[in-house]
Amino acid sequence: MSPSSLLFTSSPHVHGGNSIPQIMQQVILALMPATLLSVLIFGWPALLVLVITTVTAMLTEYLMVKIRRRPSPLGDMSAALTGILLALTLPPQSPWWICVVGGVFAILLGKHVYGGLGFNMFNPALISRVFLLVSFPVELTSWPQPTGLFGKHALSFSDSLSLITTGHLSSGKMMDAISAATPLGQYHVALSMGKSVHDALGGDYAFSYLSAIAGFIAGSLGETSAIALALGGIYLIRKNIISWHIPAAMFAGTLIPATLFWILDATKYPDPLFHLITGGLVMGAFFMATDLVTSPVTPLGQIIFGAGCGLLTYIIRTWGGYPEGVSFAIVIMNATVPLLDQYTHPVVYGKAKKNV
Amino acid sequence: MGIVASVLKKFHGGVHPPGRKELSEQCAIESMPMPKRLVVPFHQHLGAPSEPVVNVGDTLFKGDLLGSAGDGISAPVHAPTSGTIVAIEEHVVGHPSGLTMLCAILEPDGKDQWNPQLQGVDDPFSLEPAAVRDLVKSAGVVGLGGATFPSFVKLSPPRDKVVDLLLINAVECEPYLTCDARLMEERPLDVVEGIRIMLHALQTKECVIGIENNKPKAIAAMQNAVAREASGKDGNIRVVVLPVMYPQGSEKQLIEVVTGRQVPSKGLPIHIGVVVHNVATAVAVRDAVRFGRPLVSRIVTVTGQGITRPANIEVLIGTLADDVIAHCGGLKPGTCKVVMGGPMMGLALHQTNIPIVKGSSGILALTQDESSGKPEHSCIRCGSCVSACPIQLVPCTMAWFAKTEQFDQLINVDLFDCVECGSCAYVCPSNVPLVHYFRYGKLALQSKAREEKKRELNKQRTKLRDERLAREKEEKERKKEEMKAKMAAKKKGKGTETHGSEAVSGEESRS
Repeated sequence: MSPSSLLFTSSPHVHGGNSIPQIMQQVILALMPATLLSVLIFGWPALLVLVITTVTAMLTEYLMVKIRRRPSPLGDMSAALTGILLALTLPPQSPWWICVVGGVFAILLGKHVYGGLGFNMFNPALISRVFLLVSFPVELTSWPQPTGLFGKHALSFSDSLSLITTGHLSSGKMMDAISAATPLGQYHVALSMGKSVHDALGGDYAFSYLSAIAGFIAGSLGETSAIALALGGIYLIRKNIISWHIPAAMFAGTLIPATLFWILDATKYPDPLFHLITGGLVMGAFFMATDLVTSPVTPLGQIIFGAGCGLLTYIIRTWGGYPEGVSFAIVIMNATVPLLDQYTHPVVYGKAKKNV
Repeated sequence: MGIVASVLKKFHGGVHPPGRKELSEQCAIESMPMPKRLVVPFHQHLGAPSEPVVNVGDTLFKGDLLGSAGDGISAPVHAPTSGTIVAIEEHVVGHPSGLTMLCAILEPDGKDQWNPQLQGVDDPFSLEPAAVRDLVKSAGVVGLGGATFPSFVKLSPPRDKVVDLLLINAVECEPYLTCDARLMEERPLDVVEGIRIMLHALQTKECVIGIENNKPKAIAAMQNAVAREASGKDGNIRVVVLPVMYPQGSEKQLIEVVTGRQVPSKGLPIHIGVVVHNVATAVAVRDAVRFGRPLVSRIVTVTGQGITRPANIEVLIGTLADDVIAHCGGLKPGTCKVVMGGPMMGLALHQTNIPIVKGSSGILALTQDESSGKPEHSCIRCGSCVSACPIQLVPCTMAWFAKTEQFDQLINVDLFDCVECGSCAYVCPSNVPLVHYFRYGKLALQSKAREEKKRELNKQRTKLRDERLAREKEEKERKKEEMKAKMAAKKKGKGTETHGSEAVSGEESRS
């Protein structure tokens, strides 16, 4: 055989077949239970938010890849994943321009300015959500009551389309059922007014653990069903796409202080289960903090990172200016990743103390 | 209980590449027709090259010396068959840079006749251990697992070290390869005899033969042989069956699994009382000691989807890979890569007219769909490599430092502890050729160290030269002064002449 026809590359000469698109597909698949459930719960507007955000993210990715003359536009599916993740952090009836601005921001400023996939410091979806939240607080905190896709109060597709694109229904009426509050929001307001947890969560939108676990509460698309999210998370752990370290540490980081303070004063501090099943903790722990690019690669680093995310979440929820702190907590911890990676290298074979 | 752990331990990480051993595991070891010529490199082992002791035109018996061992860690090279030396010249060899190497070109006479003077020892156990080592050394036996470390060195433990365990590496964890498995199936008694000779040379009793459980026939054969051959005799030889996991056949990992202990970083197995030899090396030791036969052939697995007829062949050292491939029916169309060794750590060949050497365990002809070769993407920091690394390194960080040429940082992240097993690259979703970066980093650091040494030496030389020049200048000045003084004294005419020629010539302190 002539020399030129043989491939001459470094060992190993076989490969396990893992690939970036495959990982992204698996994560998208893992998100499907929660995504589909959120559409069922919040109806057509939720689907429109999902589609607009994801398509914008993919279009932005396509343009950036063309401008930067990189190979494989869209091939790695990461932009689609970012779009879905971002949409899941948005209120279910977000106006179209929120979705578009968010999608562009996530891909352009969240990823490509750093050099593209693998080089971004912050989780693109979350940094975009944080940007939207501080820039457009009204739109980002308008929570509709869950009306369902087919139920009595469900919006028709044309009404939904009109609502998302123009802000009012196709009949020209304004939406009236728009003002619900998330459980965390209720708690936050109540706490600032000096009310007890019990008072805060009673009343008009009485809080029920059961509906919270199933997802039938007001909130962002992906803040809803803890069970659907956990299913996806466990799937990812089983598939070795994420490791258990970050989710476990993040849950511990929130739930341990929550338990302590609850024991200390149950009238002021809600119980740990409330913290677990409301807001974005489950979503954050399984899908946001575990973002491969922006989390540590070492097991110890992952534990510290996860614990930090959890603790900051609890601090922001309890004493911060915003009712929900998961996004801020993760974005802040993203900034510590290079440092964590550098100082948490495992003990190398043959360097353990017992050998020296 | 001794050094062997009562329960098998696990090593960190590891991967499960498809074994693909079914291609060749049923193929009995065969021999092949005598090639038209043999190309025998003088340097086939770790350490110093051997020195040629033959000339063009010499007629040799099989087993005659071609090159004598160099100083220290080295091994001799012998004629693989009887015949005539037709040339001693540079020839391409299996080398990552495609370099040539000095080789003896031997034209076989077809008789394949051993030198009749080669004689073995009927009872090796009556020999002094040192005598056994000498036989192994002069037979040119090196580690046949692929590292080709001269075996006599590993049979000569330092005086202050006690060998607690001889660990026979019969793991053959590389996919595709079946040469060790076949050897154990077909020559189990020879393996056990070799092990007993090694135990004698090491003056120890304990031996574990580690075999992965994907080789049930080899395990059964070895268990039988051990029961038959070793029972009632000195030494405690055991077959230990291991679960399949790559890279369990890596020395450090095998030791960890069997003993639960780790070889210290930058240390050797002997530092924790263990000596590891490949199972094929045991047979080579046996042949060397019992029959006085030098290592002139080895078993090579020829396999892969790209080979027409997979086989395990006992190949004479110096046979060209081309001849071996032709004997197996040639390459099928669609073969894109030929690898010497295993698929995880072997060397891709850019041409196939290179000789089989003592370390060549396999020739793999890989087709597109079984070999890797996708383009590299940027690292997405998924951490798969960290989980897979059996040394617990952080491969992605190491690759980043190598890629960005931050060589000093590479030392901080323990680059030199990497065994280049390839587990990290195997799992990498971005197809980053991590091992390639590590080799690059190691080479860069090594050449940097050499440069630094050179610079240091030059600095020293310059300093010595400056000192010498200064001394000479001083000397001159002093002589001038002396002369002046003398002249002045003469002028005064006192006539007290002094002949003090203490002029010391500047001793050159060049080293």
